[in-house]
Amino acid sequence: MAASKTYVRFDWLMIFIYIALVFMGWINIYSASLSDAAKGFFDFDQIYGKQMIWIGLSIVIIIFVLAIESKFYERFASVIYIISLVSLVGLFIFGKTIAGSTSWYDFGGVSIQPSEFVKATTALALAKYVSDIQTNMKDLKNQIGALIILALPAILIILQPDPGSALIYAAFVFPLYREGLHGVYLLLALFAVMLFVSTLAFGAVWVAIGVVILAGVLFFRNRKKRPNILKYVLIVIGCIAFAFSVSYIFNNVFKQHHRDRFNIVLGKEVDARGIGYNTNQSEIAISNGGWLGKGWTQGTQTKGNFVPEQHTDYIFSTVGEEWGFLGSMIVVLLFVALITRIIFKAEKQKSQFGRVYGYSVAAILFLHFFVNIGMVTGIFPTVGIPLPFFSYGGSALWGFTILLFIFVKLDGANYHYA
Amino acid sequence: MRKVVLIALVLLTGLLFSARLFYLQVYDASPDSLSENSAIKVMYDYPQRGYMFDRNGKLLVSNQPSYDVMVIPRDVKPLDTLEFCGLLKITKEEFKEILQKARTYSPRLPSVVLPQLNKADYASLSEKMYKYEGFYIQRRSLREYQVDHSANVMGYIAEVNNAIIEKNPYYQMGELIGTAGVEKEYEEVLRGIKGVKYIQKDRFNRDIGPYKEGIFDTLPQRGNDVQLTIDATLQKYGEELMIHKRGGIVAIEPDTGEILALITAPSYDPSLLVGRERSKNFTKLWYDTIGKPLYDRVLMGEYPPGSPFKTLIALIGLQENAVTTEDAFPCYRGFRYGNRTLGCHSHPSPLSMIGGIANSCNAYFCNVYKRIIDKYPTPQDGIDAWRNDLMSFGLGDFLGYDLPSGKKGNIPTSDYYNKVHKFPEHRWSSLATISNAIGQGEVLLTPMQMANFTAAIANRGYYYTPHIIKNIIGPDTIPKKFTEKHFTAVDEENFYPVVEGMHQVYQRGTAASIQVPGIEICGKTGTAENFTKIGGKRVQLTDHSIFVAFAPMDNPKIAIAVFVENGYWGSRWAGRIAGLMIEKYLKGEITRTDMEKYVLEGSLEAEYAKPYSGQPFSINH
Repeated sequence: MAASKTYVRFDWLMIFIYIALVFMGWINIYSASLSDAAKGFFDFDQIYGKQMIWIGLSIVIIIFVLAIESKFYERFASVIYIISLVSLVGLFIFGKTIAGSTSWYDFGGVSIQPSEFVKATTALALAKYVSDIQTNMKDLKNQIGALIILALPAILIILQPDPGSALIYAAFVFPLYREGLHGVYLLLALFAVMLFVSTLAFGAVWVAIGVVILAGVLFFRNRKKRPNILKYVLIVIGCIAFAFSVSYIFNNVFKQHHRDRFNIVLGKEVDARGIGYNTNQSEIAISNGGWLGKGWTQGTQTKGNFVPEQHTDYIFSTVGEEWGFLGSMIVVLLFVALITRIIFKAEKQKSQFGRVYGYSVAAILFLHFFVNIGMVTGIFPTVGIPLPFFSYGGSALWGFTILLFIFVKLDGANYHYA
Repeated sequence: MRKVVLIALVLLTGLLFSARLFYLQVYDASPDSLSENSAIKVMYDYPQRGYMFDRNGKLLVSNQPSYDVMVIPRDVKPLDTLEFCGLLKITKEEFKEILQKARTYSPRLPSVVLPQLNKADYASLSEKMYKYEGFYIQRRSLREYQVDHSANVMGYIAEVNNAIIEKNPYYQMGELIGTAGVEKEYEEVLRGIKGVKYIQKDRFNRDIGPYKEGIFDTLPQRGNDVQLTIDATLQKYGEELMIHKRGGIVAIEPDTGEILALITAPSYDPSLLVGRERSKNFTKLWYDTIGKPLYDRVLMGEYPPGSPFKTLIALIGLQENAVTTEDAFPCYRGFRYGNRTLGCHSHPSPLSMIGGIANSCNAYFCNVYKRIIDKYPTPQDGIDAWRNDLMSFGLGDFLGYDLPSGKKGNIPTSDYYNKVHKFPEHRWSSLATISNAIGQGEVLLTPMQMANFTAAIANRGYYYTPHIIKNIIGPDTIPKKFTEKHFTAVDEENFYPVVEGMHQVYQRGTAASIQVPGIEICGKTGTAENFTKIGGKRVQLTDHSIFVAFAPMDNPKIAIAVFVENGYWGSRWAGRIAGLMIEKYLKGEITRTDMEKYVLEGSLEAEYAKPYSGQPFSINH
């Protein structure tokens, strides 16, 4: 061993796409945050200047993540996971509240959002749990075990409250499904979402009536097979109970701005000056782009700061306005390429741990990509989560960088040559 | 299956986003133009409207600054309505109505809340404007009239309406456009070109500088000044003479076709249609359906021309070789045909052409007219030939002058008589149309047309299209059509006997009473019967007093037509006014002060009140 050298072959395609996305992200953050007070590219008082620092520190993080022995991640997954949970719990004592959510630690002016890092630690913990030789995802006991691993951070994040970030934990259903979780769970999740949305759109009473009619029709059609009437009744009661609890939670637990966010997408609110404003302005900005866009720093909506949070969650609207259909498509295709590449690589992993982790990374990135661009282009509810690698923010950038590069490291470790 | 679900979802999402982006950016990229972009404010810089001068360089109208309160409904934030209404001096209800209207027009484009503030109102309001988001003050330039006459000539400007905006995208709500007179006819010359500034706004509606460093901005271009052919002194004098009368005066320079004076009565002070009282005043003028001050009688009024028309019959008679100057016709206190008589007044008989004109003998002109028509194989051919000759004097059709209103008048066609007499079942002869001989019957002329044919007689055979524009200052041009001679169908030599007849009118005929020392006038009086309807019944009113003239006889400088509604005989009002106008124009002062006093002090208001009194009344006294 002493004489042997270890060669590590990293997947340069993933790294290249990462660099491309981070670079394009900065270009657009520059445009979205440009103001008269700016003193050149390297003005570190400006948002784009700070993002440059975060990017610089990301390189340090990448070197660090890649330097660590790949076995370390599997071996210490549980410990890392527990430490990260503690960081979430700690927020309730030491956390800083911004915009109603206590999601931040304040280190002398630099805010750190632990939930951005917990995605990666949860993925490690889940991969470790699922890849355990004794774990079988078809076993109810193990299913509950996995659910607990996911539910702990998700609940802690909901309590901040930051339901947008908590939503991301739904992504883990994909790696679990890949590892043998019954497809019914996937369909159940889908059906629950449909029930959820239609309850908000039409009200619990109408949904209950609809469910009863649907069950009646199904029962009638299947009557020759002598269906179990008790099963039907139980399912109907379950659905109705779900609808009414959703209704209760929406009206009594949710805060007004959460309700508003859903109402916009369901078409209940059309006031362009009120709460639909963000989405509306974002759509206008994107529409302005046309085929080729208005050119860098030339977007009128971007310059006028019409789109709120444009450098963070709504950064894609800057791409749409200034780089047009062409630029937007490049970003969309880069994301699609990155995620499919990760899935492709995950399937090639020698260890189950690597595969589960890879799938988790792909699923998390996918859900961010889907929810964020869906929101910015007005086809999904307004849920405040960032576009990976693109949006402004140190915590988010570092969180995604660690998430991705642990997989790059795990993947690279498959090609050890002794 | 387990391996492909996530990949399939990723690819589907990619497709979904591509479709959505294509829809937003390529297929339905609606907010494209700068003016529709919510981040760009379009500001207009209105140029000064061109001034108007009279033919001698006297300033008629200039500009004054005015301030409009404008609103962009989309940008309006909740405000202290009560306070704002107090500043604007309107009620809350009015304010709500205005705002609703503006919203209906467009939530994005500016609408006028309150037009034409004066400087004092502007000063007190502008300090507080910052409180009211979505509202702003737009500076415009308004007319400032230097004279209190010529309202009908200059016309007025008014806010554009939706119909104009739809037709012509240059105009925006609240902008002004010439809507009558020279203001309308020469709108594009006078208005100049407004400048545009595109300003980048932020989401708080604050200006953050010019859009793209102003590369799309344009500078306003001042409108051109125009010099009119009007003689301000003559115009003013004519309007004074016409006070308490209805009708009009048209004076033309025969050498050029330039309109020296264009007077309609009653008229109004042009300043009434400027400022905040504008709409009140306009409504008042608009609803004066008896005096009709906004109705230009000299351009729009179609009247039976009466006896001045006889000069044209004489000219056509000579041209068609239907009559010679020596042919004399007897007058039996009228013209007898069948068992009817077209009456005449007492004068020597028989008369040849010059005497016929001087005494305005109806019988003489009936005979001449009959000969003209009957010279042709059928009365249809006769009428059409007669009509063609008349049209060469600019009758029966639009003259083509440069004012935006007018009427064709009427010279009847053979088709018309065929229809009336149900030809061919029933035949008709020249006698059926005999009233045409004396300018009654179906013949209708506008006073402008009367002045124009008088100018053609003054020129002995041609005229220039009458026009109001003397010079567009800057390019120093006028439209070419105003410098082209129009020859009449009558040869020059045929004019001399008619001119001599018109001179006799003045020397010893029907207009001998208006003689002005030192000026040889040629004229023709007219006394035209006219009717109105009262309660559905046709009632005759006092005759119209008409006079056409040119002077001096040789090398004429002015041709004039005067029309006084219900003024009775020709020389009573119209003749006197024409005499005074000619003297004023040629000499610059009045020697016939007796005549001036008569006209200035005289009033026909009592005459005009008769049909509305509801009482029986007598006419022609």
